[in-house]
Amino acid sequence: MKEQLMASGRNIPDLYPHVDVWGFGIPLYLFIGGLAAGILLFAAYFYLKGKGDELPVTVKISTIIPPVIIALGLFFLVEDLHHKAYFWQLMTHFRIQSPMSWGAWVLTVVFVLSIIWPLTFMDDIIKFFEENGRKKWANSFVFINNIIEKTPVLPVVITWSEKNRKLLAGLLLFFGTILGIYTGILLSSMNARPLWNTAILGPIFLTSGISTGTAAIMWMSNNAKEKLMYSKIDFVLILTEIVLIVLMFLGMIWGGEVQVRTAEMFFGGEFTAVFWGIFVGMGLVVPAILEYMEMKGIHVPVAVPAFLVLAGGLLFRIIMVTAGQISTYLF
Amino acid sequence: MKKITRRDFIKISAAGGAALAMTDPILNWVPSFLKQDYTPLSEDKAERTPTVCEVCFWKCAGWVYKDKNGKIQKIIGNENDPHSMGRLCPRGTGGVGMFYDKDRLKNPMIRVGKPGSQKFKEVSWDEALDYVAKKVKEIGEKYGYESMALLDHGTTAHHFEHLFRSMGSENTAEPAIAQCLGAREAGFIHTYGSGLGSPEPVDIRNAKCVVFIGSHVGENMHNGVVQDVSYGIDHGLTIITVDPRFSTVASKSKYWLPIKPATDMALLLAWMHILIYEELYDKEYVEKYTYGFEQLKAHVRNYTPEWAAAKTDLPDDLIKKAAYEMAAASPAVAIHPGRHVAWYGDDTQRERAIAILNALLGAWGRKGGFYFPEKKVLPKYPIPHYPEPKWTWKDITHDKYKGAFTGVTNLLIDASLPENKSPYKIKGWFVVATNLIQSIPNKEKTLRAIQNLDLIVVVDTMPMEITGYADVILPESTYLERYDYLRSSRHKVPNVALRMPAVEPQYNTKPGWWIAREIGIRLGLKDYYPWETLEEVLDWQLKQVGSSLEELKKIGVKTFPKEEALYLAPGEDYEFNTNTGKIELYSTSLAEMGYDPMPKYKEHPQPQAGYYRLIYGRVPMHTFGRTTNNPNLNDLRDENHLWVNPKVAKILGLENDQEVWLKNQDGVVSTFPVKVRITERIRHDSVYLPHGFGHTASKLSRSYGKGGADWELTTKVALDDVTGGTGMRGNFVTILTENPHKNQEAES
Amino acid sequence: MRYAMAIDIKKCVGCADCVVACQTENNVPIGYARDWIIEKVEGLYPDLRLHFESQRCNHCDDAPCVRVCPTGASHIIEGGIVKVTHEECIGCGACIEACPYEARYFHPDGYVDKCTFCDHRTSQGDNPACVSVCPTHCMYFGDLDDPESPVSKILREREHYALAPEAGTKPNVFYVK
Ligand SMILES: Nc1nc2c(c(=O)[nH]1)N[C@H]1C(S)=C(S)[C@@H](COP(=O)(O)OP(=O)(O)OC[C@H]3O[C@@H](n4cnc5c(=O)[nH]c(N)nc54)[C@H](O)[C@@H]3O)O[C@H]1N2
Ligand SMILES: Nc1nc2c(c(=O)[nH]1)N[C@H]1C(S)=C(S)[C@@H](COP(=O)(O)OP(=O)(O)OC[C@H]3O[C@@H](n4cnc5c(=O)[nH]c(N)nc54)[C@H](O)[C@@H]3O)O[C@H]1N2
Ligand code: SF4
Ligand code: SF4
Ligand code: SF4
Ligand code: SF4
Ligand code: SF4
Ligand SMILES: [Mo]
Repeated sequence: MKEQLMASGRNIPDLYPHVDVWGFGIPLYLFIGGLAAGILLFAAYFYLKGKGDELPVTVKISTIIPPVIIALGLFFLVEDLHHKAYFWQLMTHFRIQSPMSWGAWVLTVVFVLSIIWPLTFMDDIIKFFEENGRKKWANSFVFINNIIEKTPVLPVVITWSEKNRKLLAGLLLFFGTILGIYTGILLSSMNARPLWNTAILGPIFLTSGISTGTAAIMWMSNNAKEKLMYSKIDFVLILTEIVLIVLMFLGMIWGGEVQVRTAEMFFGGEFTAVFWGIFVGMGLVVPAILEYMEMKGIHVPVAVPAFLVLAGGLLFRIIMVTAGQISTYLF
Repeated sequence: MKKITRRDFIKISAAGGAALAMTDPILNWVPSFLKQDYTPLSEDKAERTPTVCEVCFWKCAGWVYKDKNGKIQKIIGNENDPHSMGRLCPRGTGGVGMFYDKDRLKNPMIRVGKPGSQKFKEVSWDEALDYVAKKVKEIGEKYGYESMALLDHGTTAHHFEHLFRSMGSENTAEPAIAQCLGAREAGFIHTYGSGLGSPEPVDIRNAKCVVFIGSHVGENMHNGVVQDVSYGIDHGLTIITVDPRFSTVASKSKYWLPIKPATDMALLLAWMHILIYEELYDKEYVEKYTYGFEQLKAHVRNYTPEWAAAKTDLPDDLIKKAAYEMAAASPAVAIHPGRHVAWYGDDTQRERAIAILNALLGAWGRKGGFYFPEKKVLPKYPIPHYPEPKWTWKDITHDKYKGAFTGVTNLLIDASLPENKSPYKIKGWFVVATNLIQSIPNKEKTLRAIQNLDLIVVVDTMPMEITGYADVILPESTYLERYDYLRSSRHKVPNVALRMPAVEPQYNTKPGWWIAREIGIRLGLKDYYPWETLEEVLDWQLKQVGSSLEELKKIGVKTFPKEEALYLAPGEDYEFNTNTGKIELYSTSLAEMGYDPMPKYKEHPQPQAGYYRLIYGRVPMHTFGRTTNNPNLNDLRDENHLWVNPKVAKILGLENDQEVWLKNQDGVVSTFPVKVRITERIRHDSVYLPHGFGHTASKLSRSYGKGGADWELTTKVALDDVTGGTGMRGNFVTILTENPHKNQEAES
Repeated sequence: MRYAMAIDIKKCVGCADCVVACQTENNVPIGYARDWIIEKVEGLYPDLRLHFESQRCNHCDDAPCVRVCPTGASHIIEGGIVKVTHEECIGCGACIEACPYEARYFHPDGYVDKCTFCDHRTSQGDNPACVSVCPTHCMYFGDLDDPESPVSKILREREHYALAPEAGTKPNVFYVK
């Protein structure tokens, strides 16, 4: 028999019985980062390919989401800090080795870009909502537009940006990719948690992030061709994600004692049902099947797979953050 | 050496890497009040005052350091102190919490309304002291001052002992004797003509082998012993531990003897048998210094290791191996006498057996065995003779317990009971620095005695259980806020140590010497207090030995040259303080009193099916119940666990951390639940509960209701027939998994 | 200079003096701790082994906590001591997540706090508070680059181990067997 106990009573709930300093904020923040990156990457990519008019939702309309959710993400980021009065220290330092640092910077840069991008398409956006009978939405954007025109600098910036959209798209492509990868690197930079201590986490998060982006665009789109295209893309992304997840677990099972104990949380342990049943089942396999049906011409309401992918993406991040904090080298 | 630290490196790369990075001062707008002063204390600049620790009775000398604001920051050991050797134990280090505890007693209080009412009112010191004096006078005039009893412990006790002697009562007793080391002292007195005292003069530093019998060093944090044993581990000391539990020191031992509880005497007798019959004892020593060897030899003939193996549940070869180990180390070997020895009722005899074994091994007065300690005697401040009491504790003790050498707490309690028909009646108590409810077994009896008193005064620092039964509560300042008498102990080097206030008394508390003196003056005993402050007394005493209070304030501890030898010289003639002048293997003094002159094996009850023996002990970070509410120490351990062997857990279906209740053989049920710890570290016939937890006094905000209380379940007592001490290890409990108080709660 | 600590588990009794001493020395608030004691028991009655480990920040050579800190609040000073500048810490928790030893905690004031190897004492040539109080003298502190330092000596003479070396942080607190 082996017994191990804390003999000096160290009642710090953040640390015992396991580390618990990152609650809901961080997974949500990671989700938002991935989703925003996904949407922006598609917008920039298809704009550069000259498909701005062919895929209006991708390039123009869906890009109203990122600035809103990134603002939310930044709010959660600050909200999660324990020493809030000092949050500005984040912006007075840039530390290349710290994903937290460059993540915050990248998110800030992307935030600025993501605000400017849809502003250069204001007319298209208003038109899109009017055509689709969303009077209220259209009016709101008219209202925003009026305010912007009254500000001193913004109109100049927007006019300049409209002329330099290619440059803007290039920047988005670059920073969006970093943002996507960052959401995976953040966790895997933490040596301490065996679950996170794997290089495969970055690609998984990037794939999953783009997949959620795909789902969001698919959901918003009013264009059958666009929808079908995204079904196809997402199908491939989901398959990739599943393969990567399998590889991740194989790596753990073939690893040392610590990794095996970590994997046990997902094979018979407390995360087995949520991970395999809800996340992999409902968040990956079911939407993949529905998308496959869509591809085969069997019509399904696109909102269903889109919602499942989005919810699955968030759940995946919650599980990874929670389980990661439980996994430990100490035993 | 290249002095580029990682920080420089990162800063440089960050600056080079991003033009965005700004320098700190520009944005460093945080107002200064938000910033705290984190500069840690620098010892050489800080103010320090000497102290003597009062968290337990080892009495280590140390230094109290104060921070810039004059607040107590920390306490550390005094390098020149033989008790602490510069290092305090966790309780001593955490002593700051005694001072900072917000639950402390803050004002004098008097019970209002009918006797037994639950209402107290805060009063001024004058009112409280006048009331106490009036009541004491009433008792004195009606029954004689002999009817006042003092139950005490610790340094403050001296002030009240003086008060009691001055008023004509010698009815004083400490639970630190009858519930603790009384039987040990008696056992050694009847062997060597002298007791051991504290610190015990065991020469562990020079020993090759030391044996601990239920003495759980490392959990029992008596500082000197712990440091000595640790020193020994580094210097090839062999440790043997006899304990039904795999104690901390057992884990550091060459041999652990997991004895069946209550059978230690069989083991000790068998060891004598082996040493004598295999001729492993120190022949020269035994010949020269002892009396009664032949009688002992005959006496232990049948106590063979095989016989003992059956009694003790130990393999006979383990018993033998341990004996050979001791013999090989002789005379640099000591069978440690332990300290809390009130176990099974034949405790003086068990300690006698230990004393005899040490004599057979030639350990007494030998390097690596027991040394001869020496004390610096401080002259007493001149005062008139104390009045001669008409009767004393001896009159209520010696007809039955002839070997008692001081008052016996439980017998003073008996003398306070309504059924006491003898002429010697106790009518009033002073309870000073002892929590009788937790420390004296059979709480129900103590409470009956309390109900029968005309007065009970409690002098304490904390709102402990006992304060709830007081008529008057007098809040004493903690040891960090007061002077006390000098510590002058028996040790390898004679020494004295000073305790002085590091800070002014907090709240409306007063030092013990002041309280006792004020009562004395109110009782018309001014002649016994020819001084105004204790400082005068201390300074006078120190000047008699060539020092001064001023000097002691600077150095804390003063050592004096040794005048007697530490060990017996080879072949030295030595007269022991016994009837025969020898070490009495056969005790003539015990025989005179009608007790067994040599220890015999006696069967003690073993638990019936479904019951487990309740054994208890210490956790290293607490002293009994006195520290469980101390914020710093409570932080280290806020509850105890009930240790249960995995086999027992399996039978009862227990899980780790499951809450259970205990019921003892007399049907007494624990008030609070205790969590289970399933561990191989204990035998299957016993459960273990560290003492001091499970406080029922609700004003102890941190420790109230936390953990299990061994003391509630200690209702069966086996009185030591020589000293009257209370053997408390014969209680058996059964484990309840359902809350036995559920129905009562619903009813009330 | 490379500071390190070695703790002799043969002598440690798990008394937690090192924990209280740290608390009073460094004003660690009640309820928190920079060091703590783990009890480890192995075997079956009566063939048992037991030891205690006084644990704290390992002042790792390859400290992930420093790497992940976005502000540089976590940094390394002379002697390889890993420290946190309270006024630079935003309380993001990244370093807590990155430390395999659970050595860091959020101070109630919000910033992250941890063992400093008592640099205010060690820079003066004194031992850390925990080492200087330990009643069993089982803790050794010193400079690994100095072969004569107490810690170098004991590590040279005795078998020892570090905690979770597989986490790859190169810890500097050793347990001597
Ligand atoms: N069930 C059980 N009973 C036991 C024991 C056991 O292990 N189990 N152990 C026995 C032993 S070995 C002993 S020595 C005794 C000890 O028994 P006690 O002498 O009762 O010792 P403590 O429990 O420490 O209680 C000390 C009391 O003194 C108070 N006090 C602390 N400091 C001061 C001070 O400076 N001034 C004043 N006025 N009061 C102060 C505390 O608040 C507390 O109320 O208990 C014995 N009884
Ligand atoms: N941390 C701390 N240290 C203390 C104290 C404290 O309160 N806290 N109190 C001090 C005081 S006043 C005293 S008197 C001492 C007491 O300390 P000790 O004299 O060392 O110990 P005891 O309390 O007598 O014994 C406890 C041990 O006896 C074992 N035991 C139980 N039954 C038996 C048995 O039948 N046979 C044998 N061989 N062993 C048995 C238990 O398993 C336990 O390990 O501690 C002192 N040191
Ligand atoms: S052994 Fe510990 S509690 Fe007892 S006097 Fe010494 S330092 Fe104080
Ligand atoms: S103070 Fe020393 S003996 Fe006590 S727990 Fe800490 S390291 Fe161990
Ligand atoms: S133990 Fe943890 S906090 Fe300390 S240096 Fe290593 S990683 Fe950092
Ligand atoms: S919590 Fe503070 S010290 Fe830790 S990584 Fe964040 S900013 Fe750095
Ligand atoms: S080295 Fe100092 S800060 Fe670190 S645990 Fe020891 S006392 Fe605390
Ligand atoms: Mo005691």
